[in-house]
Amino acid sequence: MTGAITTRLFSSLLVVLGSSMLVFIIMYLLPGDPVLIMLDGNASTPEAIASLKSHLGLDQPFYVQFYRYFIHLLQGDFGVSRVNGDLVLPKILEHLPATLTLTLVSVSVSLVVGILLGVLSAIHRNGVIDFAARFIGLFGISMPAFWTGILLLLLFSIQLGWFPAMGSDGWKTLVLPGLTLGLIGAGFIVRMVRNTMLEVLGEPYILTLRAKGLSERSVMYGHALRNSLIPALTMIGLTVGELLSGTVVTETVFARQGIGRILADAILSKDIPVVQGVIFFTAMIYVLTNLIVDISYSFIDPRVRRSQLKGGV
Amino acid sequence: MKEATALKPIRKITWKASVSLRRISASSVFLYAACLVVIFMTACAIAPQWIAPYSPEVMDPNQLLQPPGAVHLLGTDYFGRDVFSLVVYGARDSLLIGVASVLVGGGLGGVIGALSGYIGGWVDVIVMRLIEILMSIPGILLALAIAAAVGPSLFNIVLAVSAGVIPNYARVMRSQVLTVKNKPYVLASRSIGSSELSIFLKHVLPNSLSPFLVMATVGIGSSILTSSGLSFLGLGVIKEIPDWGTVLSQGRGYLTVAWWICTFPGAAIALFVLSVNVIGDRVRDTLDPRKSGD
Repeated sequence: MTGAITTRLFSSLLVVLGSSMLVFIIMYLLPGDPVLIMLDGNASTPEAIASLKSHLGLDQPFYVQFYRYFIHLLQGDFGVSRVNGDLVLPKILEHLPATLTLTLVSVSVSLVVGILLGVLSAIHRNGVIDFAARFIGLFGISMPAFWTGILLLLLFSIQLGWFPAMGSDGWKTLVLPGLTLGLIGAGFIVRMVRNTMLEVLGEPYILTLRAKGLSERSVMYGHALRNSLIPALTMIGLTVGELLSGTVVTETVFARQGIGRILADAILSKDIPVVQGVIFFTAMIYVLTNLIVDISYSFIDPRVRRSQLKGGV
Repeated sequence: MKEATALKPIRKITWKASVSLRRISASSVFLYAACLVVIFMTACAIAPQWIAPYSPEVMDPNQLLQPPGAVHLLGTDYFGRDVFSLVVYGARDSLLIGVASVLVGGGLGGVIGALSGYIGGWVDVIVMRLIEILMSIPGILLALAIAAAVGPSLFNIVLAVSAGVIPNYARVMRSQVLTVKNKPYVLASRSIGSSELSIFLKHVLPNSLSPFLVMATVGIGSSILTSSGLSFLGLGVIKEIPDWGTVLSQGRGYLTVAWWICTFPGAAIALFVLSVNVIGDRVRDTLDPRKSGD
């Protein structure tokens, strides 16, 4: 099994490197002279512009720039911001915890709400609870994050004054953004859990359990739920990706610190090194989460473990 | 709780029969409502001048930041423009971007996935690695980067949003093609001497389409979500007639004094996407009864 994990780890690494190269290529094809954007309309002599260009290595052909970028990336050098000259890596590392905390809170909200509603919905199939849960699920995946955020702001900050409208200090500032993103994730998970739970309830072994006289509670929570949670686990991996991209909008709405907000600002000011850096980290978190999810299958599901021991991945 | 669980076995037995009954009940009401919303908003997109009471460009300096009322159904914004009319006119660009992104992104992704799956071998390996790389960048981030790179225009926004969804469509299409291409009828067709192209076009493609179609239906909604997110972050198309995301974004600064400017365009987005998802769920159930979740 260690072999399988090593292989997956290696291919994940390749994916992250590949995605950062892809972003480099996209950004290279970007129209607009980065040096002129840096100078931001400040009058400058053509000589000064040329020297700045050669200082940044932007006068080199594509393959040289690409090679340099790649070598620097492997050395952990993400370059400097073209807007204010800050080193990219420390800036990202400084803001990363805030985003990770927000993502973690939102994933927790998603899981708790999503699994709870999904299970209740399947158990009370076609009842009022099912109807409500399904509607909440649909609502979660249909609401734009910025709108949910603004509505929550209007109600809980501006009208009721319970939570601060902006900032990122203390747990109180986490509640509204966490809910905003959590509801989206919950929407995906409710639908997933409900569907798999209904599928599992149709399996012959559930009939067997009922036939042998097991209590309904034990059938539901002891057997059906446990078997329904495996697909929900896959959803965690995908939800993290969804929520990470959601942080760009959510951090902007709630004026929170974080790499999502850095990305939004960097994109508007065409600060390419920062954009590349943030996307690299986002891709890494996303790929890592999915790797962990994949590996945890083998601990949770004996069938996967057995097939891995036989040599499959 | 006790009663409900006790009833379970009976429900189990009558499950098949209840399917047809259930379909005329509450969820059908939802389906009809969803269809109405989609039809109304499509009408707004096609002929806004028949529905909107005011022109979205008319600014009335005497009517700045009016709350919703009889004269202005959904209030006015800081230029004195009627918010209801803005929402009606905003439907055009919002819906256009949603549909076009699905056509471009879904079309490209579908073709890539189908060919990759059908040809197989090293082509499949390479294409799928590339798709995997593309997938590791969340769609909206890719859209953001591209939108920032190519600048705001309707075409560019469609391009940006499409790029983010290509991998999803490619994967769904490929997995379906992989299943279908090993079916006995494909083998039968090959054994009577059909060309690979005709097998692909006549048998494999049509039989692989249904999950793809479900995804495309729901995809219109999610493309609208993504594009309005771009508009919200300031990467949208700047025009005299703004789309929903732009109206909302512009109203943000007035949140404390005029909640209606942000709320209603957002409600339009949410309502439309919700309706599309309701319809998409039904399309899924109809095309794939095995997976029927509702």
